[in-house]
Amino acid sequence: MQQDTPLIETRQLKKLFKVGGGAMLHAVDGIDLKIYEGETIGVVGESGCGKSTLGRSILRLIEPTSGEVLYNGQNIVGLGSRQMRALRKELQIIFQDPYASIDPRKSVIEVIAEYMLIHKMHKSRTETYARAAELMDLVGLARRYANSYPHELDGGRRQRIGIARALSLNPRFIVCDEPVSALDVSIQAQILNLLMDLGEELHLTYMFVTHDLSVVKHISSRIMVMYLGRCVELADSDELFAHPLHPYTKALLAAIPEPDLAKRDVDFVTIRGEVSSPINVKPGCRFAGRCDFCTEACTQADIPLIEAEPNHLVACTLHRQAQEAGKERT
Amino acid sequence: MKDTILEIKDLSVIYKTDLETVEAVNGISLTIGKGKTYGLVGETGAGKTTTALSILRLLPAATGRVLGGSIQFDGEDVLSLSESDMCALRGRRIAMVFQDPMTSLNPVMTVGDQIAEALLVHDRKMGKEEVERRVEETLSMVGILPSRKIEYPHQFSGGMKQRVVIAMALACEPELLIADEPTTALDVTIQAQVLMMIKELRNRLGTSMLMITHDLGIVAKICDDVGVMYAGEIVESGSVEDIFSPGRHHPYTEGLFGSIPDLKSRARRLTPIAGLMPDPTALPQGCVFAPRCKKCQERCKTVRPKAVTEGTHRIACHLYGGQAAGSAQGISGGQDAFRRKEEQ
Amino acid sequence: MTEQRNATPAAEVFKKQSQAKEIWRRFKKNRGAVIGLILLSAILLIIIFADLIVPYEQATVQDMSQKLATPSPEHWFGMDSYGRDLFARVIHGGRTSLSIALLATLSSCVVGSALGAVAGYFGGWVDNLIMRSLDIFMSVPDILFTMAVVFALGANFTNLLIALTLAYFTNYVRLVRSQVLNLSEQDYVEAARAGGAGSARIIISHILPNAIGVIIVNTTLNVAKIILYESTLSFLGLGMPPPSPEWGLILSEAREFMRRAPHMMLFPAMAIVLSACSVNLIGDGLRDALDPHLKS
Repeated sequence: MQQDTPLIETRQLKKLFKVGGGAMLHAVDGIDLKIYEGETIGVVGESGCGKSTLGRSILRLIEPTSGEVLYNGQNIVGLGSRQMRALRKELQIIFQDPYASIDPRKSVIEVIAEYMLIHKMHKSRTETYARAAELMDLVGLARRYANSYPHELDGGRRQRIGIARALSLNPRFIVCDEPVSALDVSIQAQILNLLMDLGEELHLTYMFVTHDLSVVKHISSRIMVMYLGRCVELADSDELFAHPLHPYTKALLAAIPEPDLAKRDVDFVTIRGEVSSPINVKPGCRFAGRCDFCTEACTQADIPLIEAEPNHLVACTLHRQAQEAGKERT
Repeated sequence: MKDTILEIKDLSVIYKTDLETVEAVNGISLTIGKGKTYGLVGETGAGKTTTALSILRLLPAATGRVLGGSIQFDGEDVLSLSESDMCALRGRRIAMVFQDPMTSLNPVMTVGDQIAEALLVHDRKMGKEEVERRVEETLSMVGILPSRKIEYPHQFSGGMKQRVVIAMALACEPELLIADEPTTALDVTIQAQVLMMIKELRNRLGTSMLMITHDLGIVAKICDDVGVMYAGEIVESGSVEDIFSPGRHHPYTEGLFGSIPDLKSRARRLTPIAGLMPDPTALPQGCVFAPRCKKCQERCKTVRPKAVTEGTHRIACHLYGGQAAGSAQGISGGQDAFRRKEEQ
Repeated sequence: MTEQRNATPAAEVFKKQSQAKEIWRRFKKNRGAVIGLILLSAILLIIIFADLIVPYEQATVQDMSQKLATPSPEHWFGMDSYGRDLFARVIHGGRTSLSIALLATLSSCVVGSALGAVAGYFGGWVDNLIMRSLDIFMSVPDILFTMAVVFALGANFTNLLIALTLAYFTNYVRLVRSQVLNLSEQDYVEAARAGGAGSARIIISHILPNAIGVIIVNTTLNVAKIILYESTLSFLGLGMPPPSPEWGLILSEAREFMRRAPHMMLFPAMAIVLSACSVNLIGDGLRDALDPHLKS
């Protein structure tokens, strides 16, 4: 599956926000990521780690501060608004909140048809609405809701509207920004299955942004763990769950309450403290302040991502030392 | 009955407006033992929060109405208490923690003052120094430096705010703590911290708890008894072992478990429950879960299933109910009957 | 595969329900709004066909013998202090008053909303430029400003319209700007951008429709205010040149005779109240009809 040119590639992508007093908030802090056609990459992290900003920066819904975003090898940062508009057909997004991401004044069919009308995909309005109705079938939304208003539908159905809208332009790449976190468990599973089915049917490439590791496990082939704007670990999904390397990934995994009585009396291995401020960050590992294995080396310079094991990248001094030691031996 | 702190029997609650009547809770019964934690699990609109609000008699006065049933708190009938007796109960003997810590705190009062207020409401005679001492005690109990009492809520992070809210709830050492999705708004690592803290405090203070959540993982971690709620009814209840052990379960409970992504299995697809929660203004005539149930039979569509009990395990489903409603036939018998039917 | 995922034959053509029809259906359900609409239509009809009911001369011809006469079968609304037929004056006066009030409301709404939307949506220097100019503008009292405009350009219908628009557009700018600031944070605006929508489309199709409720309420309140503001101008001699009738003017003339001839005040006042009321009722109905949340 891995061709030479990734579908999407980010190179040292950075997004800094100005906050009061000349301070800078490092939302995305130098992310290098390759996403290949047909794969689903999960981006996991806690609130404030910059995962949503990363997704939006790739789509240029937020203008990156520096770095490149390559789509099919072409840098799309700096493209004019006309070229960017054409690219919107290929690059789409599904939003987290199915309540806020749909205009309450538009009927379901109008919401789904809007993108197609903007891009004049079809000759007539009738044709556009007919296509919108087909999309409703595709995402499992009964046609009788076509003239309903979003507030009359529940969260699951509204999220289906959002999916239909994203699919309306026949995109190749979709950023799913926490598409199920606002939904009930039983509805979550429905939407996740739908996204997986559509991905296979329509050969979509997904970037799945979420705070919930258990959600991405099923849908992603690879997972990137983010912490304060940095990628701390990137590996195949199975590998990441089986052998997490970074202490933060381990903590994240350990914090998931599993519906399993065998683990009832096993206390969570909680990490101390809370995510530190992303404003004016100091060099070094972003996780150092909460890490049990923190050494002096962790706070001196930024920790690069290294390939600790084949296709398993991690940014941690523990593994850098291990690797260096390994190299010396050979 | 000495060892139960709260007993709800056949509680029914409706929300009535001019336009429609929402049947929020339909005849639920549950018992919380002293020092025990009862987990009420269910999805949005199942009636979990309504149940909690009825215990505190905080249902919206304009619309909410208790239709029937009883709520006994430590032997007292909560529903027949006078409003002033109820006030004495709230906060002091029964405390509640809400989902969103941001809205439970007053943004223009320091955290210390808010805890002091909670203390003073229930004991006006407390001296100034005594209050200060208790505030500091309470804060350090939930893992916040006592020196932060002079700070305002916006200076705290989400997890810290929820700690403050819990500190306020526990300030008067209530006998029963109702926690309504206390960690839903928090990040996983912070959720883990707060859950561990709740668990530790509960064990130390011996507080009984009603834990409302949609997360079966949290239930497995800290609850002793569980009620699975769906469309205003408790469809299955029992000890955690009853619910989490493989065996006979209500199809909704099975559906809930199937919907959770399993960290260990590598199954690509999840097995969700088809369909949606029924409209609470027009509940199905028979079993409330019938329209979404894979094992739905003719009978389920018309007859409301009676619960069958086996030890502590209680299931309201026709699969296990035998022929006659309320028959003595146990759950296992019902299961056999079902198997036979399948084989035919 | 999932719920209701069944293919529909391609032949089945989808028919979209018309929005306008839906809005009209909801509007009709509101009794107050329908009454308002009938009332305003009646008032407008009377004003438009005023010449057929009573010739314009009646409104200016003076008959001093009948000065301040009370209502009678010949003169339904009685006579004013110059012995002119009040009925004729009121219905002919409505032409000027109502058309100026409605047009000035509309133009101030359009100008103010457009500026507010642009300021709020684009922010930055555009916002600063618009808002700071507005501050300067608003630091001059309305009445002074209007007077200056009318003095400079002369008192006639168009200039009065310009003056009133300038006096009333400012509050729309602030109102709409704050709405837009709030609404452009919404996810659905970002969703529209993700679909390739340009700024004009986002403002017109997503932001303004969601701000319309507030705009309409403000607008309907303004109609009555503007009618009265007009009378202030007339009182200062800056309104339509006499002897052309106008509600505000009649009202201010009536003030002197309030005790002796209350009818002189009653009828123009009623005309103002009824028009303002009907516009308010229509406004309320329209706001509700445009809001799909209240669809039942």
